[in-house]
Amino acid sequence: MEFPQIDYVAILPEIIICGLALLIMLFAAFLPRDRRWITGHIAWFGIIVASFAVWMNWGTDTRTFAGMYSIDLFSSVLKLIFLLGSLLVVFMSENYIRLHKLEAGEYYALIIFSLFGMMMMASAADLVVFFVGLEIMSVALYVLAGFRRSDPKSNESSLKYFLLGAFATGFIVLGIAFVFGAVGTTSIAQMFDPQQYTLANSFFYLMVGGGLLLIGLAFKLASFPFHMWVPDVYEGAPTAVTAFMSSGPKAAAIAVLARVFVVAFGQHITQLSPMFWSLSVLTMFTGNLIAISQTNIKRMLAYSSIAHAGYMLIAFATGTAEAVNSVVFYLLTYTVMNLGAFMVLLVVEGKEDGDNEITSFTGLGRRHPFLGAAMTLFLISLAGIPPTAGFAGKFFLFKAAVAKGQIPLVVIAVINSLISVYYYLRVVVVMFMIDTQTEFRPVSYPAFLYVALVVAVLGTIVLGVFPTSFFPFDIPLLASGR
Amino acid sequence: MSNYIWLIPAAPLAGFLINGLFGKRFPKPVVSSIACGSVFFSLVAAVLALIELLGLDPEYRSIETLLFSWIPSGAFQVDIAFLLDPLSAVMMLVVSGVGFLIHVYSIGYMAHDKEFSRFFTYLNLFTGSMLILVLANNFLLLYVGWEAVGLCSYLLIGFWYKKQSASDAGKKAFIVNRIGDFGFAIGIFMIFWTFGSLNFSQVFESAASSFQIGSSVITAITLLLFVGATGKSAQIPLYVWLPDAMEGPTPVSALIHAATMVTAGVYMVARCNVLYTLAPTSLLVVALIGAATALFAATMGLAQNDIKRVLAYSTISQLGYMFLACGVAAFTAGIFHLMTHAFFKALLFLGAGSVIHAMSNEQDMRNMGGLRSKIKTTYLTMLVGTLAIAGIPGLSGFFSKDEILWKAFSSEHGGVVFWLIGVVTAGLTAFYMFRLLFLTFFGKPRYDKHKSEHLHESPRNMLFALASLAVLSAIGGWIGIPASMGGGNHFERFMEPVFASSAALASHGENHHSHVTEYLLMTISVLFVLLMIYFAYVAYIRRPQLATSLRERFAGIHKVVYNKYYVDEIYAAVIVRPLIVISMFLWKVIDVAIIDGIANGLAYMVQSFSGSTRVMQTGYLRNYALMFLGGAIVVLAFFMSMR
Repeated sequence: MEFPQIDYVAILPEIIICGLALLIMLFAAFLPRDRRWITGHIAWFGIIVASFAVWMNWGTDTRTFAGMYSIDLFSSVLKLIFLLGSLLVVFMSENYIRLHKLEAGEYYALIIFSLFGMMMMASAADLVVFFVGLEIMSVALYVLAGFRRSDPKSNESSLKYFLLGAFATGFIVLGIAFVFGAVGTTSIAQMFDPQQYTLANSFFYLMVGGGLLLIGLAFKLASFPFHMWVPDVYEGAPTAVTAFMSSGPKAAAIAVLARVFVVAFGQHITQLSPMFWSLSVLTMFTGNLIAISQTNIKRMLAYSSIAHAGYMLIAFATGTAEAVNSVVFYLLTYTVMNLGAFMVLLVVEGKEDGDNEITSFTGLGRRHPFLGAAMTLFLISLAGIPPTAGFAGKFFLFKAAVAKGQIPLVVIAVINSLISVYYYLRVVVVMFMIDTQTEFRPVSYPAFLYVALVVAVLGTIVLGVFPTSFFPFDIPLLASGR
Repeated sequence: MSNYIWLIPAAPLAGFLINGLFGKRFPKPVVSSIACGSVFFSLVAAVLALIELLGLDPEYRSIETLLFSWIPSGAFQVDIAFLLDPLSAVMMLVVSGVGFLIHVYSIGYMAHDKEFSRFFTYLNLFTGSMLILVLANNFLLLYVGWEAVGLCSYLLIGFWYKKQSASDAGKKAFIVNRIGDFGFAIGIFMIFWTFGSLNFSQVFESAASSFQIGSSVITAITLLLFVGATGKSAQIPLYVWLPDAMEGPTPVSALIHAATMVTAGVYMVARCNVLYTLAPTSLLVVALIGAATALFAATMGLAQNDIKRVLAYSTISQLGYMFLACGVAAFTAGIFHLMTHAFFKALLFLGAGSVIHAMSNEQDMRNMGGLRSKIKTTYLTMLVGTLAIAGIPGLSGFFSKDEILWKAFSSEHGGVVFWLIGVVTAGLTAFYMFRLLFLTFFGKPRYDKHKSEHLHESPRNMLFALASLAVLSAIGGWIGIPASMGGGNHFERFMEPVFASSAALASHGENHHSHVTEYLLMTISVLFVLLMIYFAYVAYIRRPQLATSLRERFAGIHKVVYNKYYVDEIYAAVIVRPLIVISMFLWKVIDVAIIDGIANGLAYMVQSFSGSTRVMQTGYLRNYALMFLGGAIVVLAFFMSMR
C-alpha cells in the first residue's frame, strides 16, 4: 500500500489544534483539581498559535491527502472564524467553569476537539473527510451539552442532542453511500462528472444522496423542520457551551453546504433554489415568530439562532459565489455579536443556576451601564440595525440575493428582521426602562470575560463600520486544483 | 504628503470621546486641558498643512487624501477623504484658530458651571464636526459635518436645558434648520442623480465641461443647496432661529453662531462656485437674499436692547453681506469677509460675554453704562472690534467690506442697487454698533449698587482670548489689501486656483472700472459710516434725550422694528399653527387610529400565532423525530423529482 503525499505545513493548524486537545487531556490528568485552571490558559494560547499557523497558510491553494483535504482561502477564512469563536468561548468559560465547579480537564479538550472537527469540515474536499470532521465535532458537543452532570436539564439536553444527532448522522451516512453508489467517488469536485456515473440512473441516486446530505446538514444548521432540538438543547446545556454550539457548528455546516451544493451541485443550484427558498423562509418565520413569546433568554437566543440560520440559507437560494462570500462574512458577524450577547448573559447569570429569565435583566442598564450598553449593541446588531456588524452582514447577503433577482425572498427577510426587532429590543427595554426597587444582583468582573467582551464590542462596531477593510469578499469556493 | 490631514478633525473628536466618556470623573483642569489641547493640536496641524500648501505651485494646491472607502455600493461611491486647498485651508484655520481661542476663553467663562465637562465635550464635538465639514472632499461627508454641527448647535443652545426659553430656542434652531437641510439633502440627491458622483472635483469638472451656463438642472441644484445655506447661515426667510440662539452660553454664540457654523452656508456656496457660476439665476437669488437680509437684519439690530441680540442681528446682517459677495460671483471677497468677520464678531461676542460676566449675567444694555473705566481691557478690545465691523479704514473689516462693496458695484452680476444696499447697511451697522458701545461703556451707570460691588474684570485667560482676537481684528485684513491701495492682495491670489474654473466660465471678465471710481465709492461709504457714528454719538452721548424723543415721535415704526417686524408672529400664524392643526389630525386620526391600529393588529396576530406555534415544542423527542421525518420526506421527494 502506498501512502499519499502529505503536506504537513498546510495542515499545521489542524496538527496544532489536535495536539493541543491531547496535551490538555494529558495535562489535566496530572493536575490537582485546584490547578486545572491552567488548562484554560493552555487552550487560549494554543488557539492563538494555531491562528498564526492559519495566517501563515494565507494564500496557499493546495489539496493534500490525495485531494481529499483542501487548503484554500475559503477554508482559511472559516478556520479563522472558528478559532476566533473558540477563543472567545475559552475566555468566557474561564470564570464560568470556576463558578459552577466544572473544573474537569476535559472541558477545554472537548471544545478544542470540536474545533478540530469544524476545521476539518471547512477543509473537506471529500464527503468522507467531511463526515469524520462532523462526527468529531458533534460527539464532543454531545458530551459538552451534558457537562453539568448533576443537573438533570443538562443531562436531558445532552441526551436529546445525541439521539437526534445520531438520527441525522444516519441520513448523512446514507447520503454519502448513495453518492458513492451512483458515481463511485466521494470527492466533492468529481461527484458531478457524468463520466463517473456507474449506473443507468446514477443521476437519480445522486439526487437522493444530495437530499439526504441536505437533511443532515439542515439539522446541524438548525433549519426548519429539523430545528426542534435547538431550544431544549440550548436551554439545558451549560451557558458557555450553548454559546459555543450556537456559533461554530452552524458555520461548519454552512461551509459544507457551500462546498456540496454550490460547488458540486453547482449546475443544478437553480433547480434547487426553491428548496432552499422554502427552507429559508420557513426557518426565518419559525425562529422569529416563536422567539417573540419566549420568556427565557437562552430560549430566545436559541430561536434567534434558528432565525439567523434562515437568513443564512438565503445564500443557497441565491447560489452565487457572491452570496457564499457574504454568508461567510455573515458567519463572522454572527459569531462576534452572538457570543457577545452570551457573554453578557454569563455575567448576569453569575452563580445562579438556570435563572435565565428575561426579567433577570431588569435594571441592568442603570446599575451597570457598560454591560447594558454592550448588550444593547449586540442586540441591535442581531436585529440588523446599522452601524453594527449585524447590519453589514445582512446588507451584503441581501445585496447578493437582490443581484440574483431574489427580491421576494429579501423582502421576506427584511420583514423578519423587523419582527426580530421586537424581541431583541424587549430586552433593552427591560434593561433600561424598568427600574428595580431592589439592588441589582452583584456581578463579578472576571478579567478574561471582560477581555472577550471588549473584543466582541469592538468587533461588532468595526465590522459594522468598516466591513470591507477586514474581510476579503472575493473568496474562490474550492481549491483550483479540481 | 499631507497624510496627517485626518488628524485635524480627529483630534477634537478624540477629545470629545475622552471628555464625553470620562469627563465627569476628571477634575476641571484636566477636562479643559484635553479640550483646549486637542483643538490646539488641530491648529498646529492646520498651520503645518498651510505651510505645506504654500510650498506648492498654485495650480497644484489641491490635495485629496483618502482615509478609507466609506460606502462602496455599486455606482454609489463615497469616501472618507479630505480635500486640502486654499479654501479649506482658510476655513480650517479660522475654525481651529478662533475655536482654540474660544475654548481658552470658555475655561474662565464656564468655570463656575456644574456641567463643565459636558460643555467642553459638546464644544469639542462641534469643532471636530466643523473641521470635517470644511475638509470634506465630497457632498455626503460635508453633509455629515453639516448635520453634526447642527446637532451641536442644538445641544449648546439648550445647554442650560432647565431654562424653558433655552430649550425652546434649541428646538427652534433645530426645526428651522431641518427645513433648510431638507432642501440641501434634495440638492445632494440631485447632484448624484445628475453627475453620478458626490465627489467635489468630479462633480465640478463634469459640470464645467458638459453643462451650459443657465442650465436648468444646475439652477435647480444650486437653488436647493442655497435653501440649505439659508437655514444654516440664517438668511431670509429662515433667519428666525439665530436671535433666539443667544440663549446658549456666550462662547457658544461666539464660536457657533458668529464665527464658524453659521458661515458654513457661505463656505458651501463658495465651494460650489462652479455650479453657481453656471446658474446666473441662482446667483441673482443669492445676491438678492443676501442684500435683503443684510439690510433687514441691520434695521432690526437698531432697536434691540439685549447686548447679545444686537450682535445676533449684526451677524445675520454680515452673513447677508457674505452672500451678497457670493451672489455677485465675488467668492473670494465673501470668504475674505467670512474670515475677518470671524475675528471681529467672535471678539465682540466674547467681549459681550465679558461684560455679562462682569455684570453678573445682566444682558440688557439699558441697565449698563459707564463701564469703560471699570473693565478697561474689555472696553478696549471691544472698541477695536466695533471699529473693525464698522469698517474704519485700516482695520480688517474695512478691507473685506470695501472689497464686497466694490465687487457689488463692478461685477457683471452686480449693480448700483446692490452697492447702495451695501453702503446703507454699512452705515446702519456702524450706528447700532456704536449705540451698543455707547450704551454699554459710556454715560452714567444705570445699574444698581449690588451689581457695582460685584463688578470685576474677567480672568486672564478670557482677556487673552479677547486680546488675541483684537489683534487679529485689527491686522487680519492686511493680507487682502487691494491693488488699488498699494497692497498685494495676497488673499485673492492665494484663493485664485479655487475659483479659477468658474472665472474661466464667466468668459466676459469684469467690467473695467478705473481706480478713480473705486476711490470715489470707497470715500462715499467711509464718509457715510462716519456720519452714522456721529449720529450715534449725538443720540446716545451728547443728547441722550434725542434718542428718547425720536423713539416717541416714531413710536409706530419703532414698535414694529423693536418687535422684529413681527416675523416670528407671522410665521407662527401662517406656518406653525396650521402645521400644528394638521399634525394633530395626522397624529390623532391617521397615526393613532389607523396606523397604530394596523400595527397593533399585526403585532397581536403575530403574538397569538407565536403562542400557538410554541405549543409544538412539546419537549418529547418522539415528536421532534416525527417532525424531522416529515421534513425529510418532503426534502427527499423534492430531490427525487429532479431531472
